[in-house]
Amino acid sequence: MSTDTTLKPTPKAPPRKSPINLRQYGLLAALVIIVALFQFLTNGRLLMPGNVNNLIQQNAYVLILAIGMVIVIIAGHIDLSVGSVVAMVGAVTAIAMNNWGLPWWAAVILGLLLGAVVGAWQGFWIAFVEIPAFIVTLAGMLLFRGLTLVLLTGGTISGLPAPFTAIGAGWLPPVFGEVAQRDSLTLLIGIVASAALVLQLIRTRKTLQRLDLPREPVSSFGIKAAGAVIGIMALAWLLAGYNGTPIILIILAVLILVYTFVLNRTVFGRHIYAMGGNLFAAEMSGVKTKWVNFLIFVNIGVLSGLAGVVSTARAGGAVASAGQNYELDAIAAVFIGGAAVQGGIGTIIGAVIGGLVMGVLNMGLSILSVDAAWQMAIKGLVLLLAVAFDIFNKRRSGGR
Amino acid sequence: MNVPILRMLDITKDFSGVRALDGVSLEVARGEVHAICGENGAGKSTLMKVLSGVYGHGTYGGVIEFEAEEASFRSINDSEAKGIVIIHQELALSPYLSIAENIFLGNERARNGVVDWNKTNLEASALLARVGLRESPATRVLELGVGKQQLVEIAKALSKRVKLLILDEPTAALNDEDSEHLLNLLEHLREQGVTSIIISHKLKEIRRIADRVTIIRDGKSIETIDMHGPDATESRIIRSMVGRELTSMFPPRKPEIGEEIFRVENWSVYHPVDHTRRVVDGASFHVRAGEIVGFAGLMGAGRTELAMSIFGRLYGRNISGTVYKHGKPIDVHTVEAAIANGLAYATEDRKRYGLNLIGNITVNVSAAALSKLARWGVIDRHREYKVAESYRERMNIKAPGVDAITGKLSGGNQQKVVLSKWIFSGPDILILDEPTRGIDVGAKYEIYGIINELAAQGKAVIVISSELPELLGLSDRIYAISEGRITGEVPREEADQEVLMHYMTAGKD
Repeated sequence: MSTDTTLKPTPKAPPRKSPINLRQYGLLAALVIIVALFQFLTNGRLLMPGNVNNLIQQNAYVLILAIGMVIVIIAGHIDLSVGSVVAMVGAVTAIAMNNWGLPWWAAVILGLLLGAVVGAWQGFWIAFVEIPAFIVTLAGMLLFRGLTLVLLTGGTISGLPAPFTAIGAGWLPPVFGEVAQRDSLTLLIGIVASAALVLQLIRTRKTLQRLDLPREPVSSFGIKAAGAVIGIMALAWLLAGYNGTPIILIILAVLILVYTFVLNRTVFGRHIYAMGGNLFAAEMSGVKTKWVNFLIFVNIGVLSGLAGVVSTARAGGAVASAGQNYELDAIAAVFIGGAAVQGGIGTIIGAVIGGLVMGVLNMGLSILSVDAAWQMAIKGLVLLLAVAFDIFNKRRSGGR
Repeated sequence: MNVPILRMLDITKDFSGVRALDGVSLEVARGEVHAICGENGAGKSTLMKVLSGVYGHGTYGGVIEFEAEEASFRSINDSEAKGIVIIHQELALSPYLSIAENIFLGNERARNGVVDWNKTNLEASALLARVGLRESPATRVLELGVGKQQLVEIAKALSKRVKLLILDEPTAALNDEDSEHLLNLLEHLREQGVTSIIISHKLKEIRRIADRVTIIRDGKSIETIDMHGPDATESRIIRSMVGRELTSMFPPRKPEIGEEIFRVENWSVYHPVDHTRRVVDGASFHVRAGEIVGFAGLMGAGRTELAMSIFGRLYGRNISGTVYKHGKPIDVHTVEAAIANGLAYATEDRKRYGLNLIGNITVNVSAAALSKLARWGVIDRHREYKVAESYRERMNIKAPGVDAITGKLSGGNQQKVVLSKWIFSGPDILILDEPTRGIDVGAKYEIYGIINELAAQGKAVIVISSELPELLGLSDRIYAISEGRITGEVPREEADQEVLMHYMTAGKD
């Protein structure tokens, strides 16, 4: 074939530069630009320590849901029920603590288990009865919202125990005191995280070098590492000047690390990408597609449960209207984060950045006191443009 | 005979440098049933696409005369306007619409854009009576079997005042009863003055219905035989179809054949939708270590269905029969079980079923044997990389690196990725379905070399191919399949194209 002649049939390829992943960097650049824009428009109010803290605590639920959702979308499905599951889990945990007298930690475990059961229920219909996820989770959206209303007929439940609300609205205690009027624990965490990240980057690069795999030029590698360190330290500095490290930030960091590992490094993760890329080929390669589908939905069930706990804790109580439109926020975050509508493509970090883009938009527009109706319209346009940009990019690179 | 209804003179057609038709001439007399016969890929379908305007005037060389007028069709609409209707192998009916709606689809009986239902149903009833289909015009098409759907297609053609009806392998998907009905109908239409062209592999059918047959081979028209004449025998047609030299080159090989590894007994499979159709019918065969066994069969004979039903029941229902490895029955109910028992199946449709086209070479190579590279479910990506890299070198996959996206590779290199995947799964038995389809000559030679090497390692290799020269060049033994049954088993020494074609066209008694 004619294309072959242009490629070198090299048994030993010379070290090459990897093509820079425009989509991933473009996304990061978009986030930076949006932050800078609002920082300017709000006269520097966007990045005030309190606002940065709120940005994290207010958007934690979207990020948690986006992590579950990106996996579902990579596999070629969708989940419309997460908002209702958030509400139902919130209601059950609140009832468990206030009416049944369960300790806060037992209520959290109960909430996660309930999420798992909901996920197994939906996973059963999707994976084994083979009803499209769109239908099953649309039904779930109504079903679980309805059940939440039944559970909360007595009205809003508030007055939840402090250790519980700390999950969503609390900070790590200042165990090391303060340095220059800033929380030293938070600064320490920032330093440790920066060091770990740089070490990991160097290790990966060494391995690539050893295996003679393509890697980026030293200059861009250096810029990347320096950018990451500056970003982390700036965040730590700002948070340390407010109330310290939000507990939810630690939970989020752990989730991001664990799920990135699962998707990139495990057989299970590989099967998810394989199914999204070509379901038939995956099946014919011996992937247990039904079980993978089932587990994907159990997983998003558990994460929805966690998001339910977090948002209930943040709100300090359970209301029947909790979690409304959360599924749409999560789906938007995933697609802004570069996942493909047809499945097979997407990353955890992309979804998280996508969620942050939405969060910064929300916060920036709120500080500017833009009307909620306009906020929604603007977010809609951003989603459309992000996906259009993606499709335009693919066409240009000659893909489908 | 008076003026022929159709004359195609010296038709040539190129596809990006490859000559598909090379001076084909065809003459069809008014009111006859004219058969076109030839191997898979001989150029029959291309010729019909030229005739019906799918490949418009100007994209081919030569002259078409229809009803003594030079024709220059630019689209199917042009040819249909003149009364030429082609019915393709894959029927093109809308399943949720009624018979009547389908018959007049795009040609509605309407006034000012409003459908006249009385007229529609009345005319549809008349057409259904003509094709002998006893169904209400209001019946939805999805409730009909394939045979009846074919009749609806013919009724649709008749509604367009067809003068020349072209049927592309009309009985390939039909059971015996429906085929019989269709042939009767064609005879009936002949009496009414409709001329038809029928493309078919089935010699019995041709002998029964055709007045004349034109044989096409390698894009050339070989001869036209008068089926009412004295020399119109099946063997004459077969000789004409295959009379070709072995042009492909095969790497040398010295077979070292050992014990039997794989045996399938009495394997039967029914069609997944049409429960009355037995797609594979009591097939039994075996393969020995180090042996390359070919499976020959014409399109629709059931070769792929046989392979896919064995490999984890990916095809069919009501599957019966036993699979043995080293004389012991093995479980092949699921793909994982089949892989675990040392089977590998490289599909004929690599883009649809074989590869993750948006994934890179590495993830495709490791896809069927990830567990080999993983510990506690965590993939050792360095080893995975090394494995992929070693296959890239060994199989000479031409790509910038193993991180290249497979969708961007050429057909030959994609096929090498598929083969790498299955070889890495460490099978004892490999089933390769059309391993060289859509691949250029150089890559073919390389793939033959890989197949030989697999046999030399003592594996049992099954090659399914539409190209007889390929099977003859590769195989130690060849099974022929026709209409789902194994109709012949020929050792290499006794095999030639004519012998195989005899078995491949053997119908049911």
